[in-house]
Amino acid sequence: MIVQAFAFYLFAGILTVSALMVITARNPVHSVLFLVLAFFNAAGLFVMLGAEFIALILVIVYVGAVAVLFLFVVMMLDINFSDMRKGAMQYVPIGMVIGAVLLTELVMLYGTWQFVPGREQNIADPVAAFAGQNNTEALGQLIYTNYIFAFQTAGLILFVAMIGAIVLTHRTRAGVRKQAVSDQQARNPADVLEIQKITPKTGV
Amino acid sequence: MASQDFLIAYLPILIFMAVASVISVAMIAGSLLAGPRKPDAEKLSAYECGFDAFSDARNKFDVRFYLVTLLFIIFDLEIAFLFPWAIALGDIGVFGFWSMMVFLAVLTVGFVYEWKKGGLEWE
Repeated sequence: MIVQAFAFYLFAGILTVSALMVITARNPVHSVLFLVLAFFNAAGLFVMLGAEFIALILVIVYVGAVAVLFLFVVMMLDINFSDMRKGAMQYVPIGMVIGAVLLTELVMLYGTWQFVPGREQNIADPVAAFAGQNNTEALGQLIYTNYIFAFQTAGLILFVAMIGAIVLTHRTRAGVRKQAVSDQQARNPADVLEIQKITPKTGV
Repeated sequence: MASQDFLIAYLPILIFMAVASVISVAMIAGSLLAGPRKPDAEKLSAYECGFDAFSDARNKFDVRFYLVTLLFIIFDLEIAFLFPWAIALGDIGVFGFWSMMVFLAVLTVGFVYEWKKGGLEWE
């Protein structure tokens, strides 16, 4: 039990500090690396809750893909980040408002959760309903049948994201010559070849 | 907190992370404490094949790189949905099977669109 408490405070502490470093670090590349650290510690907290599938997906998708995309953008874009920081103080009020809204939501969520039946049991073992099954299996039995509407909606959102990425970023450049193998194969030799009979010393 | 048995299974990973962080901190701290440091102007200057850097490393890149990364993330998420399905396929029956087939069909339409549109080609 003492190890669990120690691990929880370790993960939560590092998570909070690295989240703070994300917004205070001077170098944006360092910010992204602290974001990766925050993701890893959040994954640790998910494991402590018993949600091992979510934890590992967090590592695969967020650390493996999203954070790498952020790093890519930060390292490749031609932006002067010190200039961007100059006007940042004027956004502090709206940031405080959004923070207050989020805090209120969290407090309300915690407040309602106090009255949920079987609260002690939930705290003691959040995944008790699926005892004897592992996390991924329990998810698999629910997502594709009971929650099919949400699942298909997720598919459509991914579809829209895919189309959106193409529409926004794909440009066909004029004047680029590409090899079209089917066009090459479809050429008829009779249309494009002319055989000249040349007698020596006369020319064409 | 999850059950005791569940967390015991993850204890080796915690120990592994602790050992890894102790070793890496010891290496960095050891070289900071024990290594000789006699900096001079030449040692501190940027080393790029022997001459000074021509320009900043941050310059404009082709947006195509981002397109490839974005498409990778979308298919990465698609794979994430496949894992629980593959494990639970024996229990969720025909309905679960076709549920995933519809999901994959929708994404295949997107895949065909990006292929036909030339999003995967590098001119």
